[in-house]
Amino acid sequence: MTNWVFKGLRTGIKTTAYPVRQDDTPGVSPGRPRATLLDSAAEVERLVELCPTQAIERQDGGAAIDYGRCVHCFRCWRDADDVSADWERSYEWAAYSADSAAAAQDLEKAFGRSLHIRFVDAGACGACMSEARQLNNPYYNMHRLGFCTTPTPRNADILLVAGPVSDAMRFPLRKTYEAMPKPKRVVAIGACAISGGVFGPSFAASASAAETIPVDVIVPGCPPPPLAILHALLLVVKRKPPSDRISLPIDPTEDAKE
Amino acid sequence: MEMLKPVAEDALTSANFAALCNNVWQGRVAAALDQRGRICRLNCWRDQLVEVCQWLSRDLDFAFATLIVEELPDNGWSLLYIFYKGPNSPWVYVEPKLDALTTAVPSISGLVHGPSADWHEREAEDLFGLKFEGHPRLGEFILHEDWPEGTNPMRHDFDAHERFEHREADPKWEPPTIVVAPGAFAMPVGPVFSDFAESAHFLLETVGEDVIHTIPRFFYKYRGVEKIAEGQNVGRVLLLAERFSGTAAFAHGLAFCQAIEAICGTKVPARAQALRTVLAELERFRHHAAVITGICNSTALAVATSQAALIEEDLLRLSCKVAEHRYLFGALKPGGLALDIQDETCSDLSVTVGAIVGRLHELHGMLRYSSSFLDRLEEVGGVSNEQALSYGLVGPVARASGIARDLRRLFPYAAYDAVGFTVPVEQEGDGYSRLRIFFQEAEQAAMIIRHVLQILPDGPACADPVDWCAGAALGAVEAPAGAAFHWVRLSGDGTVARYRITPPSFTNWHGFHLAAENFAFQDFPIILASFGLSNAECDR
Repeated sequence: MTNWVFKGLRTGIKTTAYPVRQDDTPGVSPGRPRATLLDSAAEVERLVELCPTQAIERQDGGAAIDYGRCVHCFRCWRDADDVSADWERSYEWAAYSADSAAAAQDLEKAFGRSLHIRFVDAGACGACMSEARQLNNPYYNMHRLGFCTTPTPRNADILLVAGPVSDAMRFPLRKTYEAMPKPKRVVAIGACAISGGVFGPSFAASASAAETIPVDVIVPGCPPPPLAILHALLLVVKRKPPSDRISLPIDPTEDAKE
Repeated sequence: MEMLKPVAEDALTSANFAALCNNVWQGRVAAALDQRGRICRLNCWRDQLVEVCQWLSRDLDFAFATLIVEELPDNGWSLLYIFYKGPNSPWVYVEPKLDALTTAVPSISGLVHGPSADWHEREAEDLFGLKFEGHPRLGEFILHEDWPEGTNPMRHDFDAHERFEHREADPKWEPPTIVVAPGAFAMPVGPVFSDFAESAHFLLETVGEDVIHTIPRFFYKYRGVEKIAEGQNVGRVLLLAERFSGTAAFAHGLAFCQAIEAICGTKVPARAQALRTVLAELERFRHHAAVITGICNSTALAVATSQAALIEEDLLRLSCKVAEHRYLFGALKPGGLALDIQDETCSDLSVTVGAIVGRLHELHGMLRYSSSFLDRLEEVGGVSNEQALSYGLVGPVARASGIARDLRRLFPYAAYDAVGFTVPVEQEGDGYSRLRIFFQEAEQAAMIIRHVLQILPDGPACADPVDWCAGAALGAVEAPAGAAFHWVRLSGDGTVARYRITPPSFTNWHGFHLAAENFAFQDFPIILASFGLSNAECDR
């Protein structure tokens, strides 16, 4: 068994520098479309048409993005020859949910620096869960930041919920939330938990996790990469500011910068 | 049928199959081959259904693929029982003739190889309200007990968008148990787990340390994918096909696209076929690395878990570099791929895959000599060859129990006929043989990727936009967890009229309880991990 000790030591430190420094390793994030200023209304119309989930909206001569609905299908970027949305390689996507923005001020008082996490799969496709699971791998190692999973909701500070909340998971989700002691926070991971994604609302799935339990922080993405979920956890303990761009308004200065 | 002699393999080629069928059934079953000789339709009377299915599965060794139920506009039903054997035999579609007023059909679940149809019939009864005569366990299955009796969401008159009114769950409800012994009790596990796990419920019947019997309950994650796909256009349904099981997105997207291409007669360019093979194998490689991580984690072997997790994350990053998404979402479109991969990226991919497979090989070598690890896996969670055949298990789980069935080999799609690869098979059927299969298949996947990249043809990565045709077809793909069947009926306007997905996890979860009998309590997570199944994929 000593082999394993040496193997571990030989592997060296793989852990990301985030959150001290940004991590720009290729492949850590699929990126996402950015609100785009366009020359003509016809071009905007074209982008709106290309988006199968109604995540692109017309706004001030450009196309604004509703990240709660975007599922990274890349169609606004790839499918038209004549026009495409801008694409940004980012991952700090977490933000306070609309309902919780007012309560954001006391989020920092609620917790110390360590968080115990409970995860509920409320009908997720497996990708969000896989990305959350990566937080335990040596690259992200959320343990170093004081985040760990707990085997019981009684010890949990944070409820991570993924999926469009399928019919049969509404009850277990509510029970898990009720079993957690106060103060507690809920982080909704992924487009499904925020907007129902490609599944909800329907007879079998909700329009968002917020229909079942109060949601404090949302992490857009389909799925959000591990660093985005890490950003959400850091946001809850106020070690990182929220993304200001959940539904991104057109900012002409963005284009001017490049 | 006892008088039948064994049938020689060469008698089952497409050319001979229809003749054999007419000979055996003396014209009572009409056999018709399609134009390309790939599909043989058997039209039989309702009363012959069981006999015909038995003949196929018992005498001819055909495997049951899926049951397709369609509600016809005039209140009637169309049922299609699909069997396959390959590589030379055709797909066999058994189609019983049913009256317009039919409300029940004979169950084929009681046959020798019958259990494989068991869940299909339960699902059809639950979602369509169609009865199966002689089936022992119809009733609550996909829809849990708080759905009112007689709710059949797949019927045309059920509104997929209408919010569903619950009835109160009965507070006195207790799960059914089987074991009767002094001190016996049932230990519930799930649907919410510690750590990161998918929602499913297992009732472990135990007399203390030993678990005698496991009663799984699934479909907590039922999102009605097949129902909400109806009436949507192909582009939108492709999103569902990719996203109902995110960890096997490419395989399911591919099966859907293949069904669409078969309906519309689309010819997919050679380069797209080759790149589809590359991405499908990249997904298999990553999927298997994740399963290996899970198995190491279930035995609490920390360094091995970290090493496997590093490999998994490296493959996720590689997928993102090659196809812009860590789970390959959005890479496919009917007719080819939504993106092309540049030569430079291809050579990077080849080199990186080679390096990663070297690390995987080293990990396998170290695990093989870790006796404390092997003790947890060997002779744990066994599935015998007979059981695997009877339940029609698929994929790595079946191949660990001696069934060398692989759709890539039986019905080569994409560019699989252009590459030589082996389909690893083990005989023991225990946790360790499943682990070995996952390792060997991951290594084969890497080999296929590098081989295909060497012979990558030039040309377009996508055909011209597809002209929609009305029709129906089956897309069959060997997903990472096993055979996936996507049946699509397309209307002429490019909307999907019926979508039926038979994912490998649906087939294999059905047989999971076979491996979860008479074991020590602490082995449960290991048995679970060694199956490498997804609930999202099963539940749809």
